[in-house]
Amino acid sequence: MSTEQSYEIGEYPDLAPPVTEVGIIGWIRHNLFSSTTNIVITVLTIYFLYVIIPPMLNWIFLDAVFVAESRDDCRAIAQAAGQELGACWAFIGKRFEIFVYGFYPVEERWRVDLSFIMMLAALVPVLFDHVPYRKQGLWFSLIAPVIIGWLLIGGMGLTPVPTDKFGGFMLTLTIGVTGIVGSLPIGIALALGRQSHMPALRMVCVAFIEFIRGVPLITLLFVASTMLNYFLPPGTTFDLLLRVLIMVTLFSSAYIAEVIRGGLQALPKGQIEAADSMGLKYWQSMRLIILPQALKISIPGIVNTFIGLYKDTTLVIIIGLFDPLGMGRASLADTKWQGLSTEIYVFVAIFFFVSCFSMARYSLYLEKKLHTGH
Amino acid sequence: MSSQPEAADLHVSDELVINIKDMHKWYGSFHVLKNVNLEVYRGERIVICGPSGSGKSTLIRCINRLEEHQQGQIIVDNVELTNDLKNIDAIRREVGMVFQHFNLFPHLTVLENCALAPIWVKQVPRKEAEATAMKYLTRVKIPEQAEKFPGQLSGGQQQRVAIARSLCMNPRIMLFDEPTSALDPEMIKEVLDVMIELAKEGMTMLCVTHEMGFAKTVANRVIFMDGGEIIEENNPHEFFDNPQHERTKLFLSQILAH
Repeated sequence: MSTEQSYEIGEYPDLAPPVTEVGIIGWIRHNLFSSTTNIVITVLTIYFLYVIIPPMLNWIFLDAVFVAESRDDCRAIAQAAGQELGACWAFIGKRFEIFVYGFYPVEERWRVDLSFIMMLAALVPVLFDHVPYRKQGLWFSLIAPVIIGWLLIGGMGLTPVPTDKFGGFMLTLTIGVTGIVGSLPIGIALALGRQSHMPALRMVCVAFIEFIRGVPLITLLFVASTMLNYFLPPGTTFDLLLRVLIMVTLFSSAYIAEVIRGGLQALPKGQIEAADSMGLKYWQSMRLIILPQALKISIPGIVNTFIGLYKDTTLVIIIGLFDPLGMGRASLADTKWQGLSTEIYVFVAIFFFVSCFSMARYSLYLEKKLHTGH
Repeated sequence: MSSQPEAADLHVSDELVINIKDMHKWYGSFHVLKNVNLEVYRGERIVICGPSGSGKSTLIRCINRLEEHQQGQIIVDNVELTNDLKNIDAIRREVGMVFQHFNLFPHLTVLENCALAPIWVKQVPRKEAEATAMKYLTRVKIPEQAEKFPGQLSGGQQQRVAIARSLCMNPRIMLFDEPTSALDPEMIKEVLDVMIELAKEGMTMLCVTHEMGFAKTVANRVIFMDGGEIIEENNPHEFFDNPQHERTKLFLSQILAH
């Protein structure tokens, strides 16, 4: 070979890698065609995508009808254009508001919009480090839930809106975000309580976690909607949505507690010993040393639980609350639009996918940001 | 370093800083420490050696209450170790500890590792704590690593950070629990050098180690433990050249043989 050359011992220089190892060609060789199995899988995958994607695009976009008055209308429009009948998105368009706001009074819907914007604004300083005015932002994040609660429920100058008018995506967000925000601190407290040296506290935490984990969420929701009435003194009214919020929060906090316990156990004992030997108090060691590391290890599990919780909000349909899925099913009863269940379910699926996928990506971002090894 | 141990006398000062009296400890039903009596005076450099499982680490971990003793007394700086958290905290503020596996906090930078305890335990303002941290990092010769995370440093560097971190609390006593046992051979020296410097400055040190060279040059007293008891203690010169007890002789022959 022409590149062969002799060097003094100990003087061999670093050479550039061969072209086949780097760049696009290197990537393709390594990732798509590195072995016979790999080649077969690559070819099959390409064929599979070829079969699936064009019809899907046709149904969703090219043959779809976006503006129409009824299902028959959709069909007529498609025929007039000489297309196959694709998705009839006009249905979703007509129903869009009820999907978003549920039965919230039309003239009060600005309150939902404002709440949504406030929620996003409150999330930004919590989720990201390098935003301007983060400190002030975090104070806002702290008080935002109270303001949002007031906006949604009303009273004190605003027209009260009973919570059985909540529905659609705003209901999903209300339950999901409350559950997520509430269950993390409760879960941390339970996980620490379960490791406590005080037997009474430990037993209470273990009993709570095991009871909640041992009972299906639906059962808890039924308990929330009916049984509590038996236990509470007669005449007490306990808002259905509030009961659901409490149950969902407690349910996922039990799971979060176990996920975080896993993280706590993964930490070497030397960490707490080092903190102790320097004279840090229990809560200081937890806040400064143990929890930051345990939570970091637990991120995948925590986000997994949150995604599960978010999707479990669809179960409220069973106790008579109308989340997007419930709204969709109710809309299907309309004779004008009968038989369009695919559109409804695809639409709801996209909504959930976007939310959950964002959470998953955020957790990856967080893991990368907190990685401090080499 | 001089070849002869300079401090043949056991008492380098009259100020008693650690006084352990008739101390016993059990792990469950296992009797790990048996009737330990030990007096440490200000400025002493004590090396504790012995076969593994002899209770030497447990002994120094009792001094800052990482382990609890069940019988007898441990008095550090005139404060007795009891279940009183106030006493424990007071003692831990005065006693620094360096561990075999460094135990740096991986999620904090080197500088944050060092400044953390002064800020939270002693309520030192952050600026001041960081300045102190830089001073000690300079003393252990790694000021340029201050902004890195522990995971990016070599073992020897990490252990030096751990020493600096302890020094930031301005301790009156330093405990070393096998500080070089987890290090690659070429990194042992850099850590020992830092410890030798500390000894020269008059720090009271208790050091569990197998580095006999360190014991010979730095210690004023060597303690040999076996089976949870202090078998023999003497100045290093006598200890190595003229061991009294059979078990000491056996131990020394084993570690010095290779």
